[in-house]
Order: sequence, then structure tokens, then C-alpha cells
Amino acid sequence: MANDVMLSVRHLKKYYKGGLIKALDDVNIDINEGDVVVVIGPSGSGKSTFLRSLNLLELPTSGEIIFEGVDITKKKVPDKNGKMVKLDLDEHRQKMGMVFQHFNLFPHKTILQNMTLAPVTLKKMGQEDAEAKARHLLERVGLPDRADAYPIQLSGGQKQRIAIVRALMMEPEIMLFDEPTSALDPEMIGEVLAVMKELAIKGMTMVVVTHEMGFAREVGNRVVFMADGQIVEQGSPSDIFDHPQSERLKDFLSKVL
Amino acid sequence: MNLISAAGFARTLKYWTMFRDGLICTVSLSFLTVLFGFIIALIVAIIRLSDFKPFRNIGVAEDGSQRTDFIGKLSQFNPLAFLATCYVEIIRATPMLVQLFIFYYIVFANNPFPRIMLFGFIRFERFMPGVVALSVNSGAYLSEIIRSGIQSIDGGQTEAARSLGLSSWQSMKLIVLPQAIKNILPAIANEFVTIIKESSITYTIGVQEIMYAVASIKGATFSIVEPLLIATAIYFCLTFPTSKIIAHFERKMSRGDKR
Repeated sequence: MANDVMLSVRHLKKYYKGGLIKALDDVNIDINEGDVVVVIGPSGSGKSTFLRSLNLLELPTSGEIIFEGVDITKKKVPDKNGKMVKLDLDEHRQKMGMVFQHFNLFPHKTILQNMTLAPVTLKKMGQEDAEAKARHLLERVGLPDRADAYPIQLSGGQKQRIAIVRALMMEPEIMLFDEPTSALDPEMIGEVLAVMKELAIKGMTMVVVTHEMGFAREVGNRVVFMADGQIVEQGSPSDIFDHPQSERLKDFLSKVL
Repeated sequence: MNLISAAGFARTLKYWTMFRDGLICTVSLSFLTVLFGFIIALIVAIIRLSDFKPFRNIGVAEDGSQRTDFIGKLSQFNPLAFLATCYVEIIRATPMLVQLFIFYYIVFANNPFPRIMLFGFIRFERFMPGVVALSVNSGAYLSEIIRSGIQSIDGGQTEAARSLGLSSWQSMKLIVLPQAIKNILPAIANEFVTIIKESSITYTIGVQEIMYAVASIKGATFSIVEPLLIATAIYFCLTFPTSKIIAHFERKMSRGDKR
């Protein structure tokens, strides 16, 4: 199944104020199974908007997002008999895990409840199976003893690791990371990146918006440089970091490296 | 004749059972009002957040995408939410006294309530219109409290829930409402205090609450100052401890946040 297109984005546009502000201006990309796509760019370049559009937390003005063969920007889609049926966006979102800059753990639930809530509510697994899976994942990220703690008791790095495994509980096919380390103290960035790296090695398809150039170079197999709502340049990490073509990218790299 | 005299208090206190009855009436009126008001408010708040869009289908173009023109906007119209918003805005923009009279003299003109006595003295056919008018009024304010409670929850909470695949109603029920209701409990209790005070207005339609007792005693003894002062003391003794108890629980609950 390797190298099958999982997610393809066609002519994605997001306009504000009737087109005066173009947050996304005709973005096209194919994301293959197993890809680790790292999106970099100056702030305001549209990279977060792009990522948040992929699971429609941000509604695009126009364009298509085809996830496993279904255009999820549509309200109605043809079923296998060609009949138009209502698109169940929630069902597609279950297959797309997302990790946020500010973690967004549920403060009124324990860590274990944070992790089991969605899979149990959506009848993906029973309570006992979910708890067993949650404890196994907590073990994997080095937090087995925090199952009954509340989010407020955890450090930022711990919260973000929990947020990652909470998304993994739904067994997603793709993981979206929206600046996962930007709100962390410097000494906590490493522990979160380590979890993400392990995930990449295990073959998870990932799209990561980040300012961590070291991570982009080391873990990414494709790097996308965005500016002014457009993809300006993309390629392998060595293409982007060692042989930048456009002035915009050269300028950006001179500031961040 | 002195404005205030011991004899005046003595005369007034002969009618102490009227104050007792007034107190019972005020408390039951306020309690029923907050109860019904909260039910109305919860329904209104949920309606305003609901996804009821009967014209949804006309907004979907041939290829299944959402139209962005005028018809697309029209398809997003939620008539129930519109009516609920009208209700809240009209109630909030008109005086309580006007609403009370409208209910008593127009809505319940052919008074449908049975002529029975609650606790042996409260005239039900006057009491009930008072409860309904106060509840409808309080419901509008409480629904705004509920709405602000929901809006006070960080949008990231809903985004996280939706990104896990929960529906908008599941996110509301499991993630947003539990956090919101905890935040607004003190405000709801404060509304109870407000209602205790505002319920005095129902004496104008003959509900036998505390101010009705004042008017009756004034008629019997020809003194107004002493009954008024006693009524003031009763109101204060009702509301002051209530707000102190609320403040106590407010502190206790906010401590929970810092677990």
C-alpha cells in the first residue's frame, strides 16, 4: 500500500473579507501514505490555516480536499451506487488525529478519561479495551503513573504527549500537528519531538507545522515552504535546506537557521 | 404624631402572621420562578445553538458543494433560533411591570387557573400568573447566563472534541456544558437573589407576598413606616445570607480548579 495517495488537496483557497485577504491562495499537494510532510514558513504564511483546513476546522472558500477518495469539502457526496448522500464529516475526522499548539486537553476529565472518552462514546471500543489501550499508550510515552491525574497537574511537555496519545486512541490514519512545540518551555520540546519521531519511524502519515528546523530536516521526508498563502517551494529536506531555489526561502532560512 | 414609634411597631406586629404568610409566598414564588426560569433558559439556549436548518437542502449545489450566494446564506437560516433570540431581546428590552400586566390582564384575561388556596391562604389564580410572568422574564436573563457560560469555554475544547470525531451535540454535552455549568452556578444562584427582590412587584396583581402584607397592614393601622421597615428587614435577612452562602460555594469551587 506504500505510496498510495491518502490525501490530496486541489486548488484550496481561503479568503477573508471577500477576497481582500488571501490566507490560502490555490494550494495543491498530494500526501502519500507514510509521508512525513513538514510545513515551514514565516508567521502569517497560512501554514496553520492550511493544516486546520485538512480536517475542516477551517472551512475553505473553495477547493477540494480528497481524503481516501472522498471530497470532504462537499455537503453531499455520491455513494457507491452514484446516489448523492449526506457526507458524514465526523466519520472522516475520526481517521484524522490532530494535535494543537495549546494541547486542548479536557480539564474536567482525568488523563485516562481524556483518552477513552472519544473511542468509547463513538463505540469504537468498549470501556475496558479502551482503558487497556490507553494504559499501554501511556507506557509508551513514559507516563504510566499519570492515568488518574488531571491535566492541570501535568507540565506542558507531559500535556502535549497526552494530547498525542489521546489522538492515537482513535487509531487515525493520518496525524496533523499544529505547532505542537510552540507553547512549550525549551527543555520540554525534546520529549515531545521524541514521541513524534517514534511515530514517524513506525510509519504514521503525518503533516507537521513547526518552527523546529532540526526536526524538519531529521524526521521529515518532505518539506513544504509556504509564504503568502501559497506553497512556494517543496522537496526533500536536503533540497529545501541545502539547495533553496527561491529568494523567499533563502531569506527565511537566513533568519531561522 | 411621631414618624416612628414603639407603639407603631406594636400595632404593626399584631399583624405578624401577614408577614409570615408574605414570607412563605415570596420564597415559594421565587423558588418556582428560578426552577421554571432555568428550564425555559436551558431550552432557549439549546435552541439558539441548535443546528435546525429546514432550508439546508436548497443551499447544496448540483455537485454537492455548499452554495455561497444569497440562497446559500438563506439555507443556513434557523427559524427556531431566530424566534428564541426575539424572545430574549424583547423580554430584556421591556419593563418587568409591563410584562406582568400583559400576562395578568391579556394572556390570562380569562383566568384559566383554579380558584384554590395554596398553604391555606395563597390565591392560586393570582399566584400562578405571577409565577409565569416572572419565569418568562427570568428565563430570558438566565438563558443569557447559560450562553455566556458556554461562550466562556475556550474554542480549543470544541475543536479538540470535533477533531476526535465527536459530533457537535456530543462535544456540547460531554465537553462544553459540564465545564460551562460549573462556571455559571454562582450566577444562577445570584438570579435567585434577584428574583426574591423582584417578586415584590407581583403585589400589584394581588399576590400575597411581603409587600402585599405591608399594604394590608397600612390599611388596617394607618402607619406605613413601621411595616415598611419590617419588610426591608425581612428582605435583607432573606437575600444577604443567600448571597454569602453563594460566595462561599463560589470560593470552594474555584479552589477545585487549582487541583
